[in-house]
Amino acid sequence: MNTAAFLQLGLFLFVLLALAWPLAGWITRIMQGENPGLVRFVAPLERLIYRLAGIRQDEDMGWRGYAVALLLFNLLGVLAVYALQRLQGMLPFNPQAMAAVSPDSSFNTAISFVTNTNWQGYSGESTMSYLTQMLGLTVQNFLSAATGAAVVIALIRGFARHSSARIGNFWVDVTRFTLYVLAPLSLVLALAFTQQGVIQNLLPYQTATTVEVSHFQQAKLDAKGNPVNGKDGKPVMVDASTRQQTLPMGPVASQEAIKMLGTNGGGFFNANSAHPYENPTPLANFLQDLAIFLIPAALCFVFGRMVGDRRQGWAIIAAMLLMFVSAVVVETGAEQAGIPQLSAMGVDQHASSLQAGGNMEGKESRFGIIDTALFTVVTTSASCGAVNAMHDSLTPLGGLVPTFLMQLGEVVFGGVGSGLYGMLIFAILAVFIAGLMVGRTPEYLGKKIETYEMKMTAITILVTPVLVLVLTAIAVSVDPGKAGIANPGAHGFSEILYAFTSAANNNGSAFAGLSANTPFYNIMTAIAMFFGRFLMIVPILAIAGSLSAKKRLAVNSGTLPTHGPLFVVLLIGTVLLVGALNYVPALALGPVVEQLQMLSGH
Amino acid sequence: MTKILRPALVLFAALSLLTGLAYPLLTTALAQALFPHQANGSLIEKNGQIIGSHLIGQNFSGMRYFWGRPSATSPQAYNGLGSGGSNLGPTNPAQLAAVKGNLEQLRKAHPTQTATVPVDLVTASASGLDPEISLAAAYYQMDRVATARGIPVARLHQLVDDHIIGETFGLLGEPRVNVLELNLALDAVK
Repeated sequence: MNTAAFLQLGLFLFVLLALAWPLAGWITRIMQGENPGLVRFVAPLERLIYRLAGIRQDEDMGWRGYAVALLLFNLLGVLAVYALQRLQGMLPFNPQAMAAVSPDSSFNTAISFVTNTNWQGYSGESTMSYLTQMLGLTVQNFLSAATGAAVVIALIRGFARHSSARIGNFWVDVTRFTLYVLAPLSLVLALAFTQQGVIQNLLPYQTATTVEVSHFQQAKLDAKGNPVNGKDGKPVMVDASTRQQTLPMGPVASQEAIKMLGTNGGGFFNANSAHPYENPTPLANFLQDLAIFLIPAALCFVFGRMVGDRRQGWAIIAAMLLMFVSAVVVETGAEQAGIPQLSAMGVDQHASSLQAGGNMEGKESRFGIIDTALFTVVTTSASCGAVNAMHDSLTPLGGLVPTFLMQLGEVVFGGVGSGLYGMLIFAILAVFIAGLMVGRTPEYLGKKIETYEMKMTAITILVTPVLVLVLTAIAVSVDPGKAGIANPGAHGFSEILYAFTSAANNNGSAFAGLSANTPFYNIMTAIAMFFGRFLMIVPILAIAGSLSAKKRLAVNSGTLPTHGPLFVVLLIGTVLLVGALNYVPALALGPVVEQLQMLSGH
Repeated sequence: MTKILRPALVLFAALSLLTGLAYPLLTTALAQALFPHQANGSLIEKNGQIIGSHLIGQNFSGMRYFWGRPSATSPQAYNGLGSGGSNLGPTNPAQLAAVKGNLEQLRKAHPTQTATVPVDLVTASASGLDPEISLAAAYYQMDRVATARGIPVARLHQLVDDHIIGETFGLLGEPRVNVLELNLALDAVK
């Protein structure tokens, strides 16, 4: 890391905290049912929705009722996104006449966007109509983020309340978070993106007449449009040329804003945030970094406020920051170092005032190494999954960092809501381990942690490693799994490990060389995404309900303080220990081996 | 069950309409009113015809033009309908072969150039549509373009320097040159 990289990281963290702090105050008021002056003109709309839906705002739910409402609401999302893709050919806002998406891809995408993963097996600009992008995908960008926020607010209520079996009203939580937090932030950010060059229109794709004629080769097609194979079984290639370039259009900025703020990450275009129409400038890129972390960081402060001890929120965010900064340092160093084999050929990879240098394969000129490394760590610390570079082309160590960040369970800031609820589960585990060491009943924020909570904690901590490791093992053992591999050797294993790590932890980024738009991967990753999301959420709501019902214990001399440096270290240790125990063997077979191969020149 | 079905259905429909239609359409209206040029793709027009976008790179291979980054889109480079990178890993022999091929082509086209080749000229961009190259990559090509066009190198150097896009706030991003803009300016040189 050079000075510019440290300065940029410092600026990023400063602006992040400066924005997250006031936002936390706003979110706390909104989620506790207050109506600050600014929202009063939207409040009648909120009340109208409740009246039409028969929702009573003051009716609190127990954890089971909350979970059932959440699951039903998300099921409707799956059905809607699936139906829109299958029917888009007959629906409006489709100037490119996109046809229906295949059943397995539609199913995968529906699960993917509802679970806040936004894994994409399809290529946006050649698959989805504008209506599907807006009414299907953009909607789930909002609602999956609001679902995550609702769950963490319910869990915080479990700590904050006592002797009550109620954890809030799911309908009200989702509605208020969408209307008063996500929507206004998205509108402002979408306009800022447009100012920078992100497109926002409903036009058909435009055609440019380019300066030069492009000559290229393409597969020869028969009368039906199928490629013709030669005697060797490979497609016959014919020379072609064109002086036309298609410029894709669409309502991109509106989706881009909530894609980041909701830690969704699903790109309008195939190249995601590397596409100049999605992320045109370094400033737009910086705003994207900020937008990804903004709500997850603010929620840490919301936690401190709602449990009545702001130091508790600072302790959580301190643990996250330490892990985040370490990851940025390693990632930047790995990518700046470049590929030794390229230097040997006479390629200049040195950073200078004239070029970024480093490993530029799959990276954009405007971002270079520093902006790319920061974005890569931000998007995989948070469960966003947007990419401004092709992760498949990262150096082995540069690919290990995002993989491991996801494997930690997306708790370094993490997704909207999901990052903090994941981290609070690790906090419960940390106090439990500390309690075992000194032989006391563990407690966190005045709540006794007992058998029931620990059973639920064990489920949530084990569900993603089981999904990742078992599904990866299956995929590398069967032909349809191996068929998807793009790069040979250890890197091919990394591609599959990354895919299931990303899916089960609801990140959504990919080593995109893997041909994942096949029935096998569409179904396998859908399984990982669905259970990785809801097998976490339901036990966490159970913990919320159980904690809420408990009495609050007074602090005494035997209580482990959970706001100081000791606890921060204990928390980081717990996260890293669980992550390392689960994943070091798998990582050794993939990126670690490849890094050693690269350095030794094989 | 009906007690929970009604709130679920009505709320889902209401929030879908608000976030899936009202929000993007409102954003479109505001964006079109405030920033129409950017909202419609930062297009470059000449004699009423669209000749490109400031943000989307084009394929250049002639000796009279500066070349952009290698593009991995298919079937043709810089295909706007299929953005994406090569996704080749660093130890993949195909990746090393691709870089080698690009290197040989560059060296052949720049016989007078003795400097090592800037990495961005031999590696494919992430989007396949990268509109820009590093300053090193632009300077590397000056001799060739100057010879092909019969323009003094010093004049070309000035033209490149006039097209440098610096870091934002002196910190964000990398200094770079927009290839299409530079080439259009080149064509305008008398």
